[in-house]
Amino acid sequence: MRNLLASLGVAALGCLVSAAAQADTLNIVSWGGAYTESQNKAYHEPWSKKTGDKIINVDKAQAGLAGLRAQVQAGNVTWDLVDMLPSEAQIACDEGLIDIIDHDAVLAAAPDGTPASKDFIPGSLGECYVSQIVYSNIVAFNADMFPGKKPSSIADVFDLAGFPGKRSLQKKPVNNLEWALMADGVPADKVYEALGTEAGVKRAFAKLDTIKDNVIWWEEGAQPPQLLADKEVAFASAYNGRIFNAAVNEKQPFQIIWDAQVFELDGWVVPKGKLAKVRSYLKFATDTQRLADQAKYISYGPARASSAALVSTHAVTGIDMKPHMPTYGPNFKTALHKDDEFWADHLDELTERFNAWLAK
Amino acid sequence: MNSTNLTTADGVPLKTSLRRAQRRHRLKAVLLVTPLFAFLLVAFVLPIMDMLTRSVDNPEVITYMPQTAEALIAWNGDGLPGEAVFAAAAHDLAKGSRERTIGHVASRLNYEKGGMRSLVMKTARKAKKWESGPYRELILAADKRWREPDVWLLIKRQSAPYTLSYFLSALDLRHGSDGSIESKPAHMKIYVDLFMRTLWMSALITALCLLLGYPVAFLLATLPMRQANLLMILVLLPFWTSMLVRTTTWIAILQSQGVLNDLFVWTGLIDDANRIQMIYNKTGTIIAMTHILLPFMILPLYSVMKTIPPSYMRAARSMGATAFTAFRRVYFPQTLTGIGAGSILVFILSIGYYITPALVGGQSGRFITNFIAYHMQQSLNWGLAAAIGSLLLGVVIALYMLYNRLIGIDNMKLG
Amino acid sequence: MAPPPYATGPERLWHYAFRLLCGLIFVFLIGPILVIIPLSFNAEPYFTFTKAMIEFDPEGYSLRWYEDFFTSQAWLGAIKNSFIVAFFSTILATGLGTLAALGMSSRHMPWRVPIMAVLISPMIVPLIISAAGMFFFFSKYHLTQTYLGVILAHTALGLPFVVITVTATLTGFNHSLTRAAASLGASPARAFFKVVLPLVTPGVISGALFAFIASFDEVVVVLFIAGPEQRTIPIQMWSGIREQISPTILAVATLLVAISIGLLTVLELLRRRGERLRGLTPG
Repeated sequence: MRNLLASLGVAALGCLVSAAAQADTLNIVSWGGAYTESQNKAYHEPWSKKTGDKIINVDKAQAGLAGLRAQVQAGNVTWDLVDMLPSEAQIACDEGLIDIIDHDAVLAAAPDGTPASKDFIPGSLGECYVSQIVYSNIVAFNADMFPGKKPSSIADVFDLAGFPGKRSLQKKPVNNLEWALMADGVPADKVYEALGTEAGVKRAFAKLDTIKDNVIWWEEGAQPPQLLADKEVAFASAYNGRIFNAAVNEKQPFQIIWDAQVFELDGWVVPKGKLAKVRSYLKFATDTQRLADQAKYISYGPARASSAALVSTHAVTGIDMKPHMPTYGPNFKTALHKDDEFWADHLDELTERFNAWLAK
Repeated sequence: MNSTNLTTADGVPLKTSLRRAQRRHRLKAVLLVTPLFAFLLVAFVLPIMDMLTRSVDNPEVITYMPQTAEALIAWNGDGLPGEAVFAAAAHDLAKGSRERTIGHVASRLNYEKGGMRSLVMKTARKAKKWESGPYRELILAADKRWREPDVWLLIKRQSAPYTLSYFLSALDLRHGSDGSIESKPAHMKIYVDLFMRTLWMSALITALCLLLGYPVAFLLATLPMRQANLLMILVLLPFWTSMLVRTTTWIAILQSQGVLNDLFVWTGLIDDANRIQMIYNKTGTIIAMTHILLPFMILPLYSVMKTIPPSYMRAARSMGATAFTAFRRVYFPQTLTGIGAGSILVFILSIGYYITPALVGGQSGRFITNFIAYHMQQSLNWGLAAAIGSLLLGVVIALYMLYNRLIGIDNMKLG
Repeated sequence: MAPPPYATGPERLWHYAFRLLCGLIFVFLIGPILVIIPLSFNAEPYFTFTKAMIEFDPEGYSLRWYEDFFTSQAWLGAIKNSFIVAFFSTILATGLGTLAALGMSSRHMPWRVPIMAVLISPMIVPLIISAAGMFFFFSKYHLTQTYLGVILAHTALGLPFVVITVTATLTGFNHSLTRAAASLGASPARAFFKVVLPLVTPGVISGALFAFIASFDEVVVVLFIAGPEQRTIPIQMWSGIREQISPTILAVATLLVAISIGLLTVLELLRRRGERLRGLTPG
C-alpha cells in the first residue's frame, strides 16, 4: 500500500512539473553540427524573428526512434518535431508514434499554386513524413595525403596497396555492405538483390575483411571531417554536406568520390499529438523558399521541385551550389538509391551480424 | 535472589520495563530508516525490478494479435495451421493496421527473424481491404512466405506472455525450428565473448590496481601521520575529480597527436610517422580505468594497514627474520582482508563501467555495458538490453554477497 | 623518513627504490590531472604543448577557451542545471541518509545487514543498469525529461555515500553521552541537537559533499532520463568528447579540478576537526 501511495505521489509531482513547461518553445530534434546549423539559418532564425517562438535544438536524431518510443510510451512527449530518415519514420508510423500528416492540408503549395503532394519529388512524402532534403552518403579523402594519383572510384577505397592509409567508416552495416559489393564489381541495380542472399552478404563481409584492420569506425556525423582534418585517416565515409562544409567554409583539402554514392531522403516527423502545436512552423519550414534557402548553407538538394530552381550560390562564399549537389548529373551516374524496405527488414539481423563481425 | 521480583520505581517489573524500552528503541530505529528505505524502494529497487521483468516480458503478439494467439494454441505445429488461425490473423492484422499498433508486432518478430517486418506490415495493409474469407487463400496469396510453417511456429512461440528468447540471444543461443535450443552460428556470436572480455579485462585492471595500490597504501600506512596526510591528498584528488575529466585527460595524453606521443617523437624514441596507437583500443581502456579505479583500491588497503601495529614487524625482525620474511609471514597475511575488499570493489566497479570504455575503448576495448547502452538507444531491442543487464546484475550481486561475507558491508569506508 | 638504523645495505637500497616506485605511482595518479591545466591555456586549438608554450612565450598562452566557455549559452545552461540538480539531490540525500544512518547505528535495529545491503546497493549496481531501470520505470510516471526525475535519481545514487560516512562517524560515537544528557534532564530533542548533532556534523557534511560530487559528476543516468532542458555539464562534456574534443573541454575540466580541490580542502579541514574532537592529533 505504501508503495502504491508513494508511486501515486511521485506521479502527481511529475504531472505538476511537466505541466509547467512553456508553450512557445519548440524542441526540435536534429543531427547537430553543420546540418543543424543550416536549419538554424534557413528555418529557425526566420521563424523566431517572425513569431518570437524560442527554438531549442536537440542533437538526438541518432537515437530519434528510441526517444520517440520512450516518450510516447511514457505519455510524456517533450519533442515537438523530429528530423528522421524515412526508414525509421516508417517504423514510427507503423507503431503509431507519430502523427499522420495530410500533405495538402498541412503543407504550403508551391508559389505557382501546385499542391504540395505534386510539388515534392516522388517518394519524398510518407503517410507520417515530409522530406526536406536529398542527401548522399559518400566517401571523401584528404587530397594532401595523395600528392600523386588521386582516388576516384569506390574500388580505390578498398585498394590498400594503391591508396594506403586508414579509412573511417560509419559503425553500422548500412552503406558499408553496399559499397563493399559495388567495389567488388556488383552493379548498383543488383546490390540489394545480392544482399538478400547469404552468398551476397558473405561476399560483402569478405570484401570488408580486406580493409578491416585499417578502419577506424565513427558514430557521430561530426567525426569524419575531424578525422580527415587531423590526418588520422586518409578516407572517410560521410554525409556529403559535412564534407562540403569543411571544404568550403574551413578550406580543408577534402574531395568527394561521387562514384557509388548512396543517396536517400531526410525529413520531418511530428511526434504523436504534437501536430497542432507545430503545424504552422512545419508549413513555414517546408515551403519552397525555406527549402531553397537551406541549400545556401549546405550541399543537400531540396525535396521540392519548385525549390530546385531557386538554388543558387553559397551564402558565405558565393560559389555555385549546383555542382556540389548529389543530384548533379556527373555526380549521379553510378548513384545507388538506399532501399528503405530492405533495411527495415534486415537491419536487425545484419546489424547483429555486423557487430559480431566487428568483435571478432 | 529472584529476578522477577525486581521492579522499577513506579512498580513495573524491571523485565517488562526493559523489554518495553527495547521495543521503543527498536521502533525508533526502524522509523528513522523507513523514509530512506521507502524512497530507495520506489526510486531504485522497483526500477531495477521493472528492468528485470522486461527481459522475459513478451507482450507484443498477445496484446496486438490476441485472436491469432488464441487460435494458435489449438494448432499442433504440423504443416500449416487451419482456416481458424488464418481468419484470426486476417482480423488482427486489419485491426492492427487501422489502429497503427501492428508495427509493434512487426518489430518484435523481426528481432527473431529478418524479413518479418515487411511480411507483417505488407499483409496488414492488404488485410484492411478484405471483407470475407476464405482467409487462408487471401493470406497465402498476399505473400508466399506465409507458406513456411516456420513463420507460424515463430508467431506461436512469441504468443506466450513471457519468453526466454532475449536471454537465449544474450547467451548466443536461439530456438531451432523444432523449438529446441541451439547455438547460434559462429558469425552471429558476440555476447559470450564480450562477457568474457569484460571479465578478463576487469581482472587485469584489478590486478594492476592492486600492484600499484599496495605499495602506496603501505607507504601511507607506515609514514608518520603528518606526511601521510599530505600524500593522501594525492590519492584523494583524483578520487574527487570528475571521471569525465580524467577520461578526457587520458585522451589528451595518449592520442596519436597527444602529449605522450609528442614527447616520444621529440626525444627521438619514435619517428613522426610511427606514432603509437595507445588509445581507442584495449590499452586505452586499461590505462584510463586503472587510473580511475586506483583510489578505490588504495583506500580500503590503507584503512586495513593502518590498524596493523608496527611493533609486529619490529618483533619479527628482532627475532631474526629478514625484512622480506617479516613482511611475507607477519605483515602480508594481515592485509588480506584489505586486498579482498579493494579487489572485489574494483572488480565490481570495473565490470559495470560504461563511460570510459565507450570513450577510449574504440572497438577492442568495449565492455558488455556498451552493448546494453547500444540496445537501449540504437537498436531499441529493450528486451535484449534487459536480458544482458540481468546477467551482468547477477554477477555483480554474487560478488556483492561475497564482499559482504568476507568483509561485511558495514565496514565499507570512503576515504 | 630515513630507513631504520638497523637496516642492512641491500635493505637501504630497497628502501630508496621503494620510495622511488611510490613516487612514480603518485606521478601516475596526479600527473594526468595536472597536465590538462596548462593545456587549457593553449593559444592554439591543439591538445599538446606547442613550442611557444614550452618556451614560456606569453603568446603561446591565452584565455580563449575559457572565454568560449563563459560565453556559450549551452555551457552556461549546463552549469545552471548541474547546480540545480546537485543542490536538491544533495539536500534530499543528506536528510534521508542522515536519519537512516542514525537508525542503522542503533544496536536495536533489526535486520541490519540485509537493510544496509539495500541502502548501499545504488553504489554497487552498475550505473548503466540503474539508468536503464529508471528510464523504464520513470517513463511510466512521466518523470523522464523532468528536473524532478533527475533529482530523484541522483538522490538515490548519492544516498549510499551519506549513509556510509554518517554511519562511520557514529561507529565511534559513545552512546552513553546521550544517556548522560538525558539523565541531566535534557529532552531527547535537546540531547540530539546539543550532543549528537555536533558530533556527527563532520560526517554529515562530508557525506553531503560526496552526494554533491556524485550528482555533479554523474552522466549515465542523465544520459538516459534527462531531456533537452536538463542538460548538465557532464552531458555537455560527453557529447563534446564523442564528437570532437575542442580545448574548451580542457578549460571545463580545469575548472572542475578546481572545484574538486575546493571540496577536498573542506573535507580535509573537517577531518582534522573531527580528529581534534576525538582527541587524536596528527603526530
